[in-house]
Amino acid sequence: MADVLGGIIEAFELIVSGNPEIYGIVSRSLLFSGTAVILAILWGTPLAMLIALKEFRGKSIIKTFFNSLMGIPTVVLGLILFLIFSRGGPAGFLGIIYTPAVIIIGQAILVTPISISIGVSAIEAVDPEIMNLSKTLGASEAQAQIAVLKEAISGVILSDVASFNRAIAELGVVLLVGGGIGGGGNRTDVLTTAISRYIQMNELGFAVALGIFLVAIIFAVNMIVFMARKAPATVEFVRRSYPKIKRLIRERRR
Amino acid sequence: MTVIAELKKVTKAYGNKKVVDDINLQIHEGEILALIGPNGSGKTTILKILAFLENPTSGKVKFQGENVNFKNTEKERIQSTLVFQRTTLFGTSVYNNVAYGLKMRKVPKAIIKMEVKKALELVKLEGFEKRTARKLSGGEQQRVAIARALVLKTKLLLLDEPTANLDPKNAGILEEVIDKVNRKNKVTIVMATHNMFQAKTLPHRIALMDEGNITEVGTLIEVFGKLSKNLARFATVDNTFTGTATATSAGTSIVDIGNGVQVEVTAQRQGEASIFVNPQDIILSKCAIESSARNVFKGKITEITDLDSLVKLKVDVGKSFTVQITKRSFLEMGLNLNAEVCITFKASNAQVF
Repeated sequence: MADVLGGIIEAFELIVSGNPEIYGIVSRSLLFSGTAVILAILWGTPLAMLIALKEFRGKSIIKTFFNSLMGIPTVVLGLILFLIFSRGGPAGFLGIIYTPAVIIIGQAILVTPISISIGVSAIEAVDPEIMNLSKTLGASEAQAQIAVLKEAISGVILSDVASFNRAIAELGVVLLVGGGIGGGGNRTDVLTTAISRYIQMNELGFAVALGIFLVAIIFAVNMIVFMARKAPATVEFVRRSYPKIKRLIRERRR
Repeated sequence: MTVIAELKKVTKAYGNKKVVDDINLQIHEGEILALIGPNGSGKTTILKILAFLENPTSGKVKFQGENVNFKNTEKERIQSTLVFQRTTLFGTSVYNNVAYGLKMRKVPKAIIKMEVKKALELVKLEGFEKRTARKLSGGEQQRVAIARALVLKTKLLLLDEPTANLDPKNAGILEEVIDKVNRKNKVTIVMATHNMFQAKTLPHRIALMDEGNITEVGTLIEVFGKLSKNLARFATVDNTFTGTATATSAGTSIVDIGNGVQVEVTAQRQGEASIFVNPQDIILSKCAIESSARNVFKGKITEITDLDSLVKLKVDVGKSFTVQITKRSFLEMGLNLNAEVCITFKASNAQVF
């Protein structure tokens, strides 16, 4: 019990003192997962638009496929990527195994089904007349699609947040292709692998500090998105309430 | 008279089902043309073809003298805009909704601001710019949709049942706006309606539609003046009935519309006649009321449709009458399906064709 308590106290000391190792790992995690999510958005959103807005044979099979992939175990994906990118694998010539590049690619692949599946649901939930409405108001096909995407933006952002949460909290991919078992060293050390490593080394303070950061990042990202979505309503509420508040103050002064 | 748009032998089919079948129609510049017909008669499909949102399965469409190539209709869509029956708004402010089409046309910001203000004034929504469009009442939302179309000043304005689900106040405002933009700005308007009353007051010409065909086209006098055979098939249009009229010594007429229902009208008629009663002109009560109204019928409620602030009811009195009342009245009266009610309307409210 004393060890645990000591670990927690040490964790807070490490956070407050700005320990460079801790902050290095945190910033590396944010960079890798952030880049991976941006990549997933770049290829996932157009794909989601295509699946949601076009009618084609096999559409429901593709949707089911991506839905199923949302739950793929990260270790399995890590193993597949390891077999592809390891020196003897088909993409081994690239020489990116145990580098940040392969972690980013791996996490992007991991979260793409989330970006697509939730994105498709959000776009399909938009009033189907929005497309025709935009067109009859003079929009081109592409502009009309952007109008639909704008209507679905809350859901699309939600898919991006879910993707980020999954990427930053996953362990399997970084462990297998990032060097956790082969030796990528500090270059590929992220929050989840570092927590696991520090526990093995019995460095409880470091592990707890990183755990606090991991949870705080997930909470912070969700809070920021929540507040951003609520911002227009808050501004509208203040704008509408302002004359009433002004009148009340004036009456009180009298 | 210049023809702005023309449909030549146009057919539109979804699978094996033809919704528009081999129709020919000319739309003259500066006119208001009303497409009248029951639900499913093909009115909306024609409007969508004229808005270049749907391509015909066969036939030709000419717009401003040129054949339309439906593979790319971006150029034509700039000159023709459609206001949908079910109000569809972007999930943003009233300003952004009305400004959307102008932004697509890359109009400078200062001009957009001015034009949006003018359009909102026209539909009596001045000062609504910053309001969230989807939080407005049904009538206000439809007025935003009209303003959004009017601001574009297109050659052709297409309106699909523009006042179908509106209360009399909002419907009145829109009818005034439609009339004004047509007379002042010379905008050509094609509107779909199954409101016979509206069809008699707004348009210059009307086209009767039934089962995907245009059965009659002409001026109001031409179509309503003679007893059209097709009009008799319009029993599916709200409160339009055909029967035999007998003049009375009191200067009125009694029109027997069948099933023992006899409607007294102010016009003196003898022989075959069609009548129309505006659903808003009918008083609904739980029991017969003593009044000066000449037409009182007892019946049962067979259908209830919720229309935002209004409720549309079908009352079977031997013939099915549509009655429109406010939701407040509906709730206060505690009405439900199969409830026994009375409908009352004045002889002068029954229009004879």
